[in-house]
Amino acid sequence: MMIQTDVPTSDEISTATSAGTTYEILEIAREQVLEDGIGLTQSQLEEVLRLPDAALPAALQLAHEVRLKHCGEDVEVEGIISIKTGGCPEDCHFCSQSGLFDSPVRGVWLDIPELVKAAKETAATGATEFCIVAAVRGPDIKLMNQIKFAIDRINEAVDINIACSLGMLTQRQVDQLAEWGVHRYNHNLETARSYFPEVVTTHSYEERLETCTMVKSAGMELCCGALIGMGETLEQRAELAAQLAALEPHEVPLNFLNPRPGTPLENQGIMDGKDALRAIAAFRLAMPRTVLRYAGGRELTLGDLGTREGLMGGINAVIVGNYLTTLGRPATADLNLLVELNMPIKELQKTL
Amino acid sequence: MNRVSSAGRSTAGNPAEAATAKFCGHCGEPSDGGDGPTSGVHLRCGEQLTLEPPRYCAACRRRMKVQVTPLGWSAECSRHGGLAP
Repeated sequence: MMIQTDVPTSDEISTATSAGTTYEILEIAREQVLEDGIGLTQSQLEEVLRLPDAALPAALQLAHEVRLKHCGEDVEVEGIISIKTGGCPEDCHFCSQSGLFDSPVRGVWLDIPELVKAAKETAATGATEFCIVAAVRGPDIKLMNQIKFAIDRINEAVDINIACSLGMLTQRQVDQLAEWGVHRYNHNLETARSYFPEVVTTHSYEERLETCTMVKSAGMELCCGALIGMGETLEQRAELAAQLAALEPHEVPLNFLNPRPGTPLENQGIMDGKDALRAIAAFRLAMPRTVLRYAGGRELTLGDLGTREGLMGGINAVIVGNYLTTLGRPATADLNLLVELNMPIKELQKTL
Repeated sequence: MNRVSSAGRSTAGNPAEAATAKFCGHCGEPSDGGDGPTSGVHLRCGEQLTLEPPRYCAACRRRMKVQVTPLGWSAECSRHGGLAP
């Protein structure tokens, strides 16, 4: 794997860092991903995830170059909000909103005036995306009616792209959302196919893929994300990146497990920051053109320094402010960081 | 943020808190109470409460209805009213 151009003697070993060392997989990626725009394969991604810490700066630098070449320098900013919190019938083991676990999260519905207010506040940060999320297996008629009403009220009040995340959809629901102007739909794979049964038992990977495929076919942009740090192996992390790449989603939100009280994963340790950064580089090298978004858990896993490193290592989008049940960094912290890094916020292009 | 676990300090937003902060807003267990130094028990809860809203009413330990928005949050106890950052 590792080609050392300058093989150190035992005396010199402490100084033999990445400065004089190249890594074969990164050389390959430079050709294949940066130059030719072809994502790394699963086995190649495993190599990236196994790179030593000394190689991390070079991996992030390459991922950053790939992002700049294939996506540009813009950063896409999004706000997310829960229209229906808690009481979900599914058993995703990471989620505090499942009604099957003894979680302190109570069921709540957000009223539409509050939703519109949040959309306005989100747009005022410069965000171009506003994603309405419901903790459900899939929408019922009541929720679909609420969503239609919400979309109309938001569109009257503020100029922002509306995305939805409402669980598994029927073909009719996909068509309705597309017709109502929902331009992007979020439905995550969360983890690798081989690890999925350890994390979710109430629905299958196939069912998730079906919704993703229908969304794309209907002409909506697919936002399909990952949640890493749930105890999956590095091989499974590479598998997930490859499975996401095969779906060719417009956007991939990358979450890092924030272990939630009362859930089956509550005692899972927080993933190592360097592993998280390796994953960021790997996901970018798997998907050179996707919008790769920082999502939940980065505050814990990466902290302020890691957040900056990820933005200089393949990330080109952020969720601004808070998440669905937990709080993010202050919006101003991320927005100031983007100014400091000289990364312009992507401007609104309404896809109507 | 107004930490419900820190009894006798900031009370903005929850009139019930001043005299009756008996429970930790994060874990719902009895709080240290009073103005004495915080014991280790809720130290981590205090840290957590910078990363998430309180879930339990400090006065009665009822689970609160919590709504998070991109730029804020609110929590409401059916008996003791609302709380916000």
